[in-house]
Amino acid sequence: MTEPAREPVVDIRDLRVTFATDGGDVAAVKGVSLQLLPGEVLAVVGESGSGKTVTARTVLGLLPETALTRGAVVLRSKDGATTSDVVTLSGGDLRRVRGRDVAMVFQEPGSVLNPVYPVGWQIAEGLRAHGDVSKKEARATAVDVLRRVGIPDPEVRVDHYPHQFSGGQKQRIVIAQALALNAGVIVADEPTTALDVTVQAEILDLLRRCRDEFGASIVLITHNMGVVADLADRVAVMYQGELVETADVATLFAAPQQEYTKKLLASVPKLGQGAVRARDRAARRPAGWADQAPVVVARDLRIVYPGRFRQPDFTAVDGVDFTIAPGEVLGLVGESGSGKSTIGRAIAGLTKVSGGSLQVLGTEVAGLGEKAFRPVRKRIGFVFQDPATSFNPLLTIADAVAEPLVVHGRAGDTDDARGRVDELLEAVQLPKEFGDRFPHELSGGQRQRASLARSLALQPELLIADEPTSALDVSVQARVLDLFDELQREFGFAALFISHDLAVVDLLADRIAVLHRGRLVEEGTGEQVLGDPQDAYTQRLLASLPVPDPAEQAERRARWSALR
Amino acid sequence: MTTATQDPAPPAEDAPAGRRRRRGGGLGSYLLVRALLIIPTVFILVTTVFFLMRTTGDPITAALGGRLPADQLAERIREAGYDRPLLVQYLDYLGGLLRGDFGTTLSDRRPVTDVLVTYGAATLELTVYSMAVALLVGIPLGMVAARLRDRFPDAALRFFAIFCYATPVFFAGLLLKLVFSVWLGWLPVAGRVSTRGELQLTRGDTHTGIYLIDAISTGDGELVGEVLRYAVLPSLALGLLTAGVFLRLVRTNMIGTLGSGYVEAARSRGVAESRLVRKHAYRPALVPIITVIGLQIALVLSGAVLTETTFEWRGLGFQLGQYLQARDFVAVQGIVALLAVIVALTNFVVDVVAALIDPRVRYS
Amino acid sequence: MSRRRTWRSLPVVHQLRQSVGLQRGMLVTGLVLTGLLVLTALLAPLLAPYGFSQLRGPDGTFGAQQAPSADHLLGTTVGGYDVLSRVLYGTRTALFVIVVAIVLSIVAGVLLGLVSGYLGGWLDRVLVVVADAVYAFPSLLLAIVAAIVISGGQSSLVGGVLAAAVSITVVFVPQYFRVVRAETVRIKNEAFVESARVVGTSTWRIMTRHVLRNATRSLPLIVTLNASEAILTLAGLGFLGFGIQPTAAAEWGYDLNRSIADVTSGIWWTSIFPGAAIVLTVLGLTLVGESLNDLADPRLRSRRRAADAPPPADVAVTPGGGLAAGTDGSTP
Repeated sequence: MTEPAREPVVDIRDLRVTFATDGGDVAAVKGVSLQLLPGEVLAVVGESGSGKTVTARTVLGLLPETALTRGAVVLRSKDGATTSDVVTLSGGDLRRVRGRDVAMVFQEPGSVLNPVYPVGWQIAEGLRAHGDVSKKEARATAVDVLRRVGIPDPEVRVDHYPHQFSGGQKQRIVIAQALALNAGVIVADEPTTALDVTVQAEILDLLRRCRDEFGASIVLITHNMGVVADLADRVAVMYQGELVETADVATLFAAPQQEYTKKLLASVPKLGQGAVRARDRAARRPAGWADQAPVVVARDLRIVYPGRFRQPDFTAVDGVDFTIAPGEVLGLVGESGSGKSTIGRAIAGLTKVSGGSLQVLGTEVAGLGEKAFRPVRKRIGFVFQDPATSFNPLLTIADAVAEPLVVHGRAGDTDDARGRVDELLEAVQLPKEFGDRFPHELSGGQRQRASLARSLALQPELLIADEPTSALDVSVQARVLDLFDELQREFGFAALFISHDLAVVDLLADRIAVLHRGRLVEEGTGEQVLGDPQDAYTQRLLASLPVPDPAEQAERRARWSALR
Repeated sequence: MTTATQDPAPPAEDAPAGRRRRRGGGLGSYLLVRALLIIPTVFILVTTVFFLMRTTGDPITAALGGRLPADQLAERIREAGYDRPLLVQYLDYLGGLLRGDFGTTLSDRRPVTDVLVTYGAATLELTVYSMAVALLVGIPLGMVAARLRDRFPDAALRFFAIFCYATPVFFAGLLLKLVFSVWLGWLPVAGRVSTRGELQLTRGDTHTGIYLIDAISTGDGELVGEVLRYAVLPSLALGLLTAGVFLRLVRTNMIGTLGSGYVEAARSRGVAESRLVRKHAYRPALVPIITVIGLQIALVLSGAVLTETTFEWRGLGFQLGQYLQARDFVAVQGIVALLAVIVALTNFVVDVVAALIDPRVRYS
Repeated sequence: MSRRRTWRSLPVVHQLRQSVGLQRGMLVTGLVLTGLLVLTALLAPLLAPYGFSQLRGPDGTFGAQQAPSADHLLGTTVGGYDVLSRVLYGTRTALFVIVVAIVLSIVAGVLLGLVSGYLGGWLDRVLVVVADAVYAFPSLLLAIVAAIVISGGQSSLVGGVLAAAVSITVVFVPQYFRVVRAETVRIKNEAFVESARVVGTSTWRIMTRHVLRNATRSLPLIVTLNASEAILTLAGLGFLGFGIQPTAAAEWGYDLNRSIADVTSGIWWTSIFPGAAIVLTVLGLTLVGESLNDLADPRLRSRRRAADAPPPADVAVTPGGGLAAGTDGSTP
């Protein structure tokens, strides 16, 4: 034993958590032991179902009643004076520990602020729950802490309601709530997952200051290896309720010990990986390729959503030009609200074009009726973002994949189309028996494969993929992206690949277009856009993206700070 | 951190200037739109009722057919103008409504508005009492049920709520009457006040028709007590029906808000459980309840018709029953149209109150 | 390998299997009461000692307001009918009205809601305003107006029951319309419908194949809740004298109306029994509806607590699939 300060602030010993469900008891955490040292950021990483969130929540005793917890979670107060085993605490004792010794930052800042109270009131409430603080003092503290987390005009904003703040600001307020109580430990559960990448960089910076300036120790739950490389000091990898590996961040990325960790790290897309593939594809193209008529031509494309109840119209796409050549993959990147999905939907005829011109497969779409567009439809495939909702829950996978064939008269019914359906399933590497299953019986990755099969049923010349992997775990994402690449090579369709993730787009696209608030700010090959961005927004976007390499990320962070 | 406000959000919600502009106009224009919606609502109901009632023929034949010789009947029909084209009658009727003329009853030849003035106060009094019963019983019990969810008190309260709903008001009324008036003799059987009391109440120059207010203004304590004793059973019968609805609604909403992210977040800050219920779960749960109170007005008015008939409480509902018996469809149509206006206005008021309570509406 | 749905996933059966503790108790009680209603309705002629409009037996007239006795287990009414027989035969009227009212209103409400919600436009707007106006209006008054219209202002003997059922239908159509329309609007924007649109599926095919069945999944719940409302409205109409004449059918609301005066003079059997019949019927249906509602809403569903025993060792939570997700087993 060296100095008392290095004793763990959180000591999890052989933690086991079981949930009661309709299908019987399910073990979510199976004997995990972990320690959080003072002043460190411990990242707990893993894919969905790994038990990382459940583990972190036991630190605050925040599990639902259906959970049964065994083992010990020993929590030390910030001054080191008291320790308590959260698992055994209840009622008032548990209440005293929460907020004072350990605070929590949640994934969805929008839902954790009570909509009917001002934010200052909500910060003050925590203070008043833990001591005899006058209303005036509590308010002064709230103003102070809001200022320190970077809310401008805190004296005024303290009286505003949550809906008057943007998503990033709400997350700052949630962090302010944790800081106001000066808790020794902050549990941050996917704190940036719901936020755009440029906002994410700001929040990560703020969390770093929580450690450096407020002396908090942080448990960071995340699935994003870039975030880990950016913020963590130490990493614990979990898989299916068990702890796979624990190491300091540099060691883990440089020399992972366990097979699972190695595979996990290998599946993370990295910037620059796509250059090789793009060159490869370019080399395979026949002569005269560049002279072919493009499949999509957008000229000064405008798409406006009319406002309701006297609110102004919302211009989602504002004067955008681009083309997609046959067999070419255009990657469309942007943050939420940039209009990237709207463009994809307009090409597929799901959203009306308001102005400019949009030619799809030689047909002008602007002002075109559904009947006239119908012949074009069978030449377009579409893959949706959320594999959970893109299948009719009452139809089998075979029904869904056969639908395009039946609709366009290539087959009478599902049974008639079954041979072709089996071929398609095989093409996306699903066993053909899966055709008889219902969508809810497939995992997310399997559903997204089936979705690809459906979109390819009519052998389209153009495929639109709208964030096809953003709802998937990183290892599943890697396999779906590989499959997409293989299929593209095999079928030779042109594609519009829409994503918020630069690294994912880089992996697949021949050219990348960057959208910002409805305008196209930059376009070029992956090497041009990622290697030497010209537009200020692209530069900021690129600098905000954390890369899964601690050393490189430290450099990038310095550049990002300079850009601000 | 100077560039803290760079969080990109859709421009519509990001522009502070726009937000400030809308803050003044938002609520105002919302209320305006909401107020304008009253007109089509009332129009649709009045029109529907008018044409539906006329598909059966003219009201005079309905009321007096078979009791008068054919020539007298035709004379009466011509006098009342029911021989004109239906569209002309309809426009005439609409014109009358705009002037506040809801028609004249056939059976006792009174303007429908006069019926409203005479009996409206009684219905209002009964409705207010029963709403008070419903809210005082329903909301606290709903909160208790939500807090003690899935335990015995919750089960008992839920059963009570379903029982309240499952018992028709008139049967509840008859049961209460049987037990408390006939068997125990504690409370009066029917009516709003005794004959002696009625004389006393209507003697003064100014009387509101709301007996409690009138009784208080006479300064006679005994009379006030009598008026209240007469009101107990009808208010309970009608109030418990709605109390069950509120109980279930409060319970469901509270369970929803108790499981919400912000309650969990507050719990993670060490806020006491009782405070979580009182402050965080209760208020957001209340906003939809206020909206539902508006919808309950319809239920309460339906119930009032039945309760008034059961207890011979001489209000609009009781009167409606009388006109129905007499097949006086002009009166029925008039009262129904009048109630349509009342329902639409009440819903508007309730929406305004809900808007004022919810900051998301207030400041958006 | 048949992966089609089995009887276990039928509505009600599925929920019964899913429920635990108190909720299961509620559901079972409700189902038993509702089952009793149906049985009684089917077997009424066997169970009832007399006909519902019978005034005299072999020993002459029954006599009015006779207290319960061996001849008349529940006494006789002011009109001289046997109370027990009328209560039993009342289940037939109740069941008939429920079935007719619900079938009619589902057909009309679902059709209108589906078309209105999917196609939108001015037709949708008009229908919504009309449905909202009707929905906000006191349902009993609406039923009265409808009853006046249907029975032509004269109480016909034959069509009385049907008229009551249709009057109640008028009240329910806006409810089904609203529910189905709201679901349709939601489903219309779901990715699976958009994916059908992208493929070029015709509107009619989308509506029938993709929207209809998904939009009507919550109907069993509303049907049970509406069934209880139908009984209450029927009784309300009867109580106001708009129901069915005693010679045409037995109707509890009418009997209660006739018993108002009895209560004042302490004659309890004429009101208690028909009233209790209404309460039990509505109670049964509401219990079923409420339980279905709770089970459909994950927030309201109660679950068992984890047993304090070692958990099964190899049950893994893998909703998103693990590393081998391409070919791993299904995760239902």
